[in-house]
Amino acid sequence: MPETYLILLLAVPFAGSLLTLVVPRNTRNAEALLSGGVATAALVLTILLYPAVADGGVVRVDIPWMPSLGLEIALRIDGFAWLFAVLITGVGLLVVIYARYYMSPKDPLARFFGFMLSFMGAMLGLVLSGNIIQLAIFWELTSISSFLLISYWYHRQQARDGARIALIVTGLGGFALLVGMLIIGHIVGSYDLDEVLASGDVIREHPLYVTALLLFLLGALTKSAQFPFHFWLPQAMAAPTPVSAYLHSATMVKAGVFLLVRFWPAMAGTPEWFWIVTTCGMTTLVLGAYAAIFQRDLKGLLAYSTISHLGLITALLGMGSPLAAVAAIFHIVNHATFKASLFMAAGIIDHETGTRDITRLSGLIRFMPVTATLAIVASAAMAGVPLLNGFISKEMFFAETAVTNANGFANWALPVFATLAGAFAVAYSIRVVHGVFFGPPPVDLDRVPHEPPALMRRPIELLVLACLVVGIVPAITIGPFLASAVHAVLGSETPYYSLSIWHGFNLPLLMSAIALGAGTLLYVVLYRIGGFRLDGPPLTRHIRGARIFERILTTVTVRWAQALSVFAASRRLQPQLFLLLVIAVGVTASPLVGGFGGLGEPQAADVAFGLVWTAGVICAAAAAYFAKYHRLVALVLLGGAGLATSITFVWFSAPDLAITQLLVEIVTTVLILLGLRWLPERLENMLPAREGTRVRTRRYRDFALAVVSGLGVALLVYAVMTRQPPDGIGRFFIENAYTQGGGTNVVNVMLVDFRGFDTLGEITVLGVVAVTIFALLRRFRPARESIGKPEQQRIQTAFDDRVAGRRAGDSITEYLLVPSAIMQWLFPVIAVFAAYLFIRGHDLPGGGFAAGITMSIAFLLQYMAGGVRWVEDRLRILPMIWIGMGIMIAVLTGLGAWLFDYPFLTSFHQYVEVPVIGRVPLATALFFDLGVFLVVVGATVLTLIAIAHQSVRAHRVRQAEPEPAPTTAPAGDGGGGEGQEAT
Amino acid sequence: MELILAIGIGVLTASGVWLILRPRTFQVIIGLSLLSYAVNLFIFAMGRLRSNAAPILDSAVEGADYADPVPQALVLTAIVISFAMTALFLVVLLAARGATGTDHVDGREG
Repeated sequence: MPETYLILLLAVPFAGSLLTLVVPRNTRNAEALLSGGVATAALVLTILLYPAVADGGVVRVDIPWMPSLGLEIALRIDGFAWLFAVLITGVGLLVVIYARYYMSPKDPLARFFGFMLSFMGAMLGLVLSGNIIQLAIFWELTSISSFLLISYWYHRQQARDGARIALIVTGLGGFALLVGMLIIGHIVGSYDLDEVLASGDVIREHPLYVTALLLFLLGALTKSAQFPFHFWLPQAMAAPTPVSAYLHSATMVKAGVFLLVRFWPAMAGTPEWFWIVTTCGMTTLVLGAYAAIFQRDLKGLLAYSTISHLGLITALLGMGSPLAAVAAIFHIVNHATFKASLFMAAGIIDHETGTRDITRLSGLIRFMPVTATLAIVASAAMAGVPLLNGFISKEMFFAETAVTNANGFANWALPVFATLAGAFAVAYSIRVVHGVFFGPPPVDLDRVPHEPPALMRRPIELLVLACLVVGIVPAITIGPFLASAVHAVLGSETPYYSLSIWHGFNLPLLMSAIALGAGTLLYVVLYRIGGFRLDGPPLTRHIRGARIFERILTTVTVRWAQALSVFAASRRLQPQLFLLLVIAVGVTASPLVGGFGGLGEPQAADVAFGLVWTAGVICAAAAAYFAKYHRLVALVLLGGAGLATSITFVWFSAPDLAITQLLVEIVTTVLILLGLRWLPERLENMLPAREGTRVRTRRYRDFALAVVSGLGVALLVYAVMTRQPPDGIGRFFIENAYTQGGGTNVVNVMLVDFRGFDTLGEITVLGVVAVTIFALLRRFRPARESIGKPEQQRIQTAFDDRVAGRRAGDSITEYLLVPSAIMQWLFPVIAVFAAYLFIRGHDLPGGGFAAGITMSIAFLLQYMAGGVRWVEDRLRILPMIWIGMGIMIAVLTGLGAWLFDYPFLTSFHQYVEVPVIGRVPLATALFFDLGVFLVVVGATVLTLIAIAHQSVRAHRVRQAEPEPAPTTAPAGDGGGGEGQEAT
Repeated sequence: MELILAIGIGVLTASGVWLILRPRTFQVIIGLSLLSYAVNLFIFAMGRLRSNAAPILDSAVEGADYADPVPQALVLTAIVISFAMTALFLVVLLAARGATGTDHVDGREG
């Protein structure tokens, strides 16, 4: 069942990543075991897939997604993808084991392992994609995981900067890649990877080829940190070392070269490809190796070395010969093994000595002989010493550069630069070995270094063993796997290649010998003249990619943006809104200029309706007039306008809207009433003696705009209403509401069934708003003059003080005593009414929204009657949990449809025989409506009590500080938080 | 009937537009509420005005003609969302007033 393995392989890491969230915090063994288990499972699944891909086989799974657009979720594994999958899962497993010992118990490990596993999933998704758009999506996902992992220690400035630069560079590259993929898809006529790979000739001859190639390469080269985009990788070394070992040497940075190999059959083989890719690769190879020699930071050295090795692979792929592609694939694997082990060793050294500065380290072989031996072997592989895996692929590289090229310049430049870079690689490898492990014992280290726990070393041992075995007997170890990978990419073009370590005396061997000799000599000379005291390479030290990048970024996003905003924007709201409305009026009016088509004759009207709107119009205009100085009056008038709206709904056959409008009206009024207390006093006599001309002009201008907008809207709506309606989609809903939705209230059936997805979005918005309000009010700081008790309370307290036999606070407790008692009794009554509205909703006016608001009014009344403390002593108010439960119920109801092979949110209805009551219609939409109900109750109650709690809090602040000057509210305190405490 | 409602919507719009151009946050919140009434009625009116034709199916009446349920469903959603918007805006208003010491929409007088 290779197909099942394939799906599982992609699903397991993501599932594991989610699981890390629920493992108890700070239990690093549990987290590591879980992650290790996931990585092992993924590795086993990959191994199980091998027989299916061994002999050029391809396993494909296609899950339709948007077939109409040619989009599908396609998983595809062949020999090459398999090799990458082994790297991702295998190195992943080793890194998890290593990280278990590397990470401090104080670090939040759930986050670390969660990100690691999600990266593993994203990377697997990338290499297993059978659709090029899907590939681009997973590509971006790896960039995001990398961002999250680099910034894991986000309290460090360096980590934040590194993460940001990495995200911007690789993210922009990813965007270019996506556009490139769209163009390729356009050329081929399909986004399917197999079809794209089979259409190489079509792509190469298409006029858009160069554009597509440039965008494609922009993606690949940024990801693989090729010159001139290499600078993000050294910055990314601020990540924890396991991340550097995994993402930034073994896997993610290989995504770029993976892409070059993958699309090799489709894109390579043109002069453009040769010149761009080879030039980038060779430049990166030489410059990276040169810069690596002069790094003082061990990880920095390894980062530049990684850049250089990636350059080598890129250069190979640029050459365009099948043999070079073989060498590139081989070197991808070899580099992953020796570089991951070196990073891990660097991490151990950092851990044990407290520094990664090579100039401070020395003679560590005395303290950690085993680690030192391992690191020395891995460094030798990096330098390309015979009998190690690095040697073989480097020989193949040298052989390819030496092949006679048609171009005269390339003919001599390639071998010369290759040998030069080889010499640099030898020099920096010797620097790692000699600088860190040999020489006198280190001085002034924070602690005495010693060997790390055995299990922390085990991953390195395994990797170094792989270097050795592949280096000595390549043909029987890596041979078959390499063969299937190469065959998957090159197909019939697969050249003959030999993996033996001895090819006789030839040019590549001579180049190797020169590189080894020259590199050693270079190191000795530099060591003698003290060249390693430099921090950064001579000559190019002052040209820092990251700094140039920052400067460009600052210019574009700060200076230019500021210049533009000075020129075109205002920070003042009023002019912005004015402009917005003017444009809106203009845009609406422009199509009507040519002709309007006339207006219908006014029909006979009902006098009562005319009276309703006479009142409504007066209310609206008066609310506009009074809103400045008489807020309470304006609020009451607003309610009047709302009532007119509500009556209109009733009048014109919209009972659901009327109910909801009326209930929302109540809640809104209470809400604003609660807020009024915190607004500043504004009295008419505070007006300046004379209004400026500017203010007056603005008022006239605004008034004119208001009148124009009002007239325009009235005209428009009248024109529409007096025309015959077109045959809309309304008929469909009326005809199918009962047969398909199982309810007679068409509006409700639409909400919970036909347009259920919309409603799901809406209740999510509602939940988000409530939580936002809660969060905003947690740190609420009232204005100074609003802190004091409200006037009415002051009068009541003064009365208590004055009259004998009364204690302060008596009046407040007695306030509204009789209505309070009634309101308390009303709670069950309103709750039953809410239940009634809820249950009848599917067939008659009502439903989850109306019921939810009714229920929250029940709670609201209790707060008004008994006060915050009284209520929360007696009722369990858990609005956050209600919101969460509500959304969950709604989503689960929707997902339930999947179990029966229906699309998301398809509802099911049936009549159920209930004892005593009889036949009752029951639709799954009712459960969905229950979700709606819970979210509405939760959101409304959370909002209202969060505001209501501010008074209690202000009281506390007042008690704590007799002076009314609380400039800082206690952090993390307050708001509806008390609601949680009380329960 | 159409004329009355059109005038009503027009006045609601004009009052709302006037208020959202005012400098005080409370005026803006009232203005937004008035505007949302106007907009909801506008959308509702797109389904034309029909009395005694609520879209509640009645099997007793064969071939009955009902009001268009589509604008109604849209407006129902809009009512709840405008409530959420009013609530959020109110809290932003309060927080801004606490943080800046003024209830001017720009966070400073003038």
